[in-house]
Amino acid sequence: MTTRAAIDVAELPDHAFGPRGLIWWGTVGFMVIEGSMFVIAIVVYFYLRLKVHQWPPSLPDPFIGIATANLALVLLSCIPNMLAKRAAERYDAPGARLWLAVLTVIGVVNLVLRGLEYTQLNCRWGDNAYASITWVLLSMHTIHVATDVVDSAVLLALVSLQPVTNRRFVDLSENSLYWYFIVAWWIPIYLIIFLAPRWL
Amino acid sequence: MTDEALHRQLADTWYNPAGLVGRLSIVDHKVIARRYIVTAFTFFSIAGVLAALMRLQLAFPDNHFLTADQYNQFFTVHGTAMMFLFAVPVMEAMGVYLVPIMIGTRAIAFPRLNAYSYYVYLFGGVMLFTALFVNSGPDVGWFSYVPLAGPDFGPGKRPDFWAQLITFTEVAGLAVAVELAATILKTRAPGMTVSRIPLFVWAMLVMAFMVIFAMPSVVLSSTFLLLDRLVGTQFYNPAEGGDALLWQHLFWFFGHPEVYIIFVPALGMVSSIIATFTGRPIFGYPAMVSSLVATGFIGFGLWVHHMFATGLPQLGLTYFTAASMIISIPSGVQIFCWIVSLWRGQPRYATPLLFVLGFVAIFVLGGLTGVTLASTPFDLQVHDTYYVVAHFHYVLLGGAVFPLIGGVYFWFPKMTGRMLDERLGKWNFWIFFIGFNTTFFPQHLLGLHGMPRRVYTYPASSGWGTLNLISTAGAMLLAMGGLLLLFNVLRSVRRGAVAPADPWGGEGLEWTVPSPPPAYNFLHVPVVEGRSGNWDRRGNEAPPVVTGIKADCREVLITTVTAAEADHKTIYPDPSIWPFLCSVVTSAFFIGSIFTPWALPVAIPPLAITLIGWFWPKRSDRSTQCDLANNRLEPLRGEA
Repeated sequence: MTTRAAIDVAELPDHAFGPRGLIWWGTVGFMVIEGSMFVIAIVVYFYLRLKVHQWPPSLPDPFIGIATANLALVLLSCIPNMLAKRAAERYDAPGARLWLAVLTVIGVVNLVLRGLEYTQLNCRWGDNAYASITWVLLSMHTIHVATDVVDSAVLLALVSLQPVTNRRFVDLSENSLYWYFIVAWWIPIYLIIFLAPRWL
Repeated sequence: MTDEALHRQLADTWYNPAGLVGRLSIVDHKVIARRYIVTAFTFFSIAGVLAALMRLQLAFPDNHFLTADQYNQFFTVHGTAMMFLFAVPVMEAMGVYLVPIMIGTRAIAFPRLNAYSYYVYLFGGVMLFTALFVNSGPDVGWFSYVPLAGPDFGPGKRPDFWAQLITFTEVAGLAVAVELAATILKTRAPGMTVSRIPLFVWAMLVMAFMVIFAMPSVVLSSTFLLLDRLVGTQFYNPAEGGDALLWQHLFWFFGHPEVYIIFVPALGMVSSIIATFTGRPIFGYPAMVSSLVATGFIGFGLWVHHMFATGLPQLGLTYFTAASMIISIPSGVQIFCWIVSLWRGQPRYATPLLFVLGFVAIFVLGGLTGVTLASTPFDLQVHDTYYVVAHFHYVLLGGAVFPLIGGVYFWFPKMTGRMLDERLGKWNFWIFFIGFNTTFFPQHLLGLHGMPRRVYTYPASSGWGTLNLISTAGAMLLAMGGLLLLFNVLRSVRRGAVAPADPWGGEGLEWTVPSPPPAYNFLHVPVVEGRSGNWDRRGNEAPPVVTGIKADCREVLITTVTAAEADHKTIYPDPSIWPFLCSVVTSAFFIGSIFTPWALPVAIPPLAITLIGWFWPKRSDRSTQCDLANNRLEPLRGEA
């Protein structure tokens, strides 16, 4: 078949950061799905609140110390996260490695503190519906943190053992985007799990 | 490079491996979609046999062909399989096959995720039917209401199989939705601006977004159900502050959009078929697109109309009545656009168009009973009767399965390179159409006479015997129609007339590629100049194409979201066994967690290993080599 060459793309770049690239769309797609789950779980929390007179129903409030410390740590992690993202977008492999390593360590500390947070809830999942939704909300977020810590560790190994190509820099950048998503969700979930029982 | 040399190079680059491990490693969207479609129709057939057995049971009053317990399992598995294992996956699969060749790209985005989703779906379906065959099939209805499905009234593992089937199908469904959305938004051929996207592709995009926003709700609700049953959480237990209606809200917040998730892709098929068989583009493209998008939004505001009988506040119900009536407006707009298209064109009454005309007739009837059901007082009268059963079979079979079978006749030549037999096709249509109406029309009357759904038998004194017998006779005719389709497909795959690239004079880009398309889809990625990819090329001696996409790498052109201007290129991954292995671990985890919460910690290490295997670049992979080669052009920045 005869064809006419109308557009030549030979010189176009082999990667792009952010919404120009496919990886961003895939990541955001899953962020929307998981964000919808968080929204629905939060709606369930308040729906269940409407069904009883007292909140928490015949259970003590959760302790807030460790959770608040963890919140501070998570918010602080935005700084190395930002530096990691910037390094990736500057194609600065040593910088990206460094800040990704810092992030991974923070993630591990985060998970240890998270383990302790479960002991501060002052309830077990089967006590009543309040306890059930509290445990599930916390666990939904914990799964995200754990997944991202493993993900970051694997990515760190990858960029330490293999040449860092342009596409890998895109992966590094979008990994940081996902961490922002996890941090952003921790704020409302922290408020709901640890402070809402005092306010409602 | 000559076309022949280019073909050889591309075929080598986009190869599909052979052998058992090779076949399980394939990531070609067309192969995966074909597997999806065949699997979905297999599940459809099994669920159809269950329906036929139920109709035999109901043919006569006081019948004991099935026991009450068998009947309960059959109607639950029938509904569950039709919704979760047939309707949604088959619609998504049609998109997985057709979207890339309709928008002018070489593959679907995230091809390994696509392969993974298929295996997860397959294993989920096998689990459900295995449970049924060992007398552990779910038996509490396809929407599995608590408290009947809860720990107190649903002993054994039957409702757990249902809950985990949801997890299987939703994981698969969500993955495909993300792939389709990314593919449509970012990989359209240059020139395919948003106002030139084919209506079928628009429908798939709306469906993908509906899946993304609706399915999380049922994932959560079924997980809560499983947790209530397995580890004693109290979500649905009113004695401990839980709430049984919470289940219904969460389920129907998904469940109503689900109907449109099934129906919207069918609308896209109808548009493709009508355009081709009238020889002109669909009338009112902007109105059609707006209607699809409006349906997507309004579909989320209707869920409570499934709960009119639950004693919710009157004011709220009024809102949902209004919303339920409003959604008939975008559907009506589309019906009128199609009628105008048929009116102004010169219809060729081939089998695909017959199925579409059957759809219009049946769907309008189903839509009308839908408007009656939107009225709360009327709904209360016929709630849980056969009137509702008749209504949703009219909208689902009429609204989705008729266009789908039309679509099968329409795209079968593209997918297999063989034509289906037209004479058998026409027989197929008329038997199906008459069988369908004979089965389900009497059920409206049965419902109005008060026959409740989900009863395994009824007394002779009820006077429902005659209408039930007619309905069963219709079901047998419907089954014959199904067998005829199967026969036609099996015969044509081997001995059908060989299909050219464009057997129907079709409108879209998919008719510009050979039947079946090569693994790389397009020898030259096209440049799009209008809404009708194939027709726009008529009379054009040398259609415009893109050059400069590497043939020795799995390179794909990425374009901008609205204007579809060439932006950059990316490399798609090679075939890999890891997605399959990961799906095996995932499935073992899902099934294990029916029996013990320890399935989670046990599954984490193998899950992590398979995921790392999936993402870790292999040096032998072409994608790794291409990636390194791209970077060698300019020394690794920051490393120097």
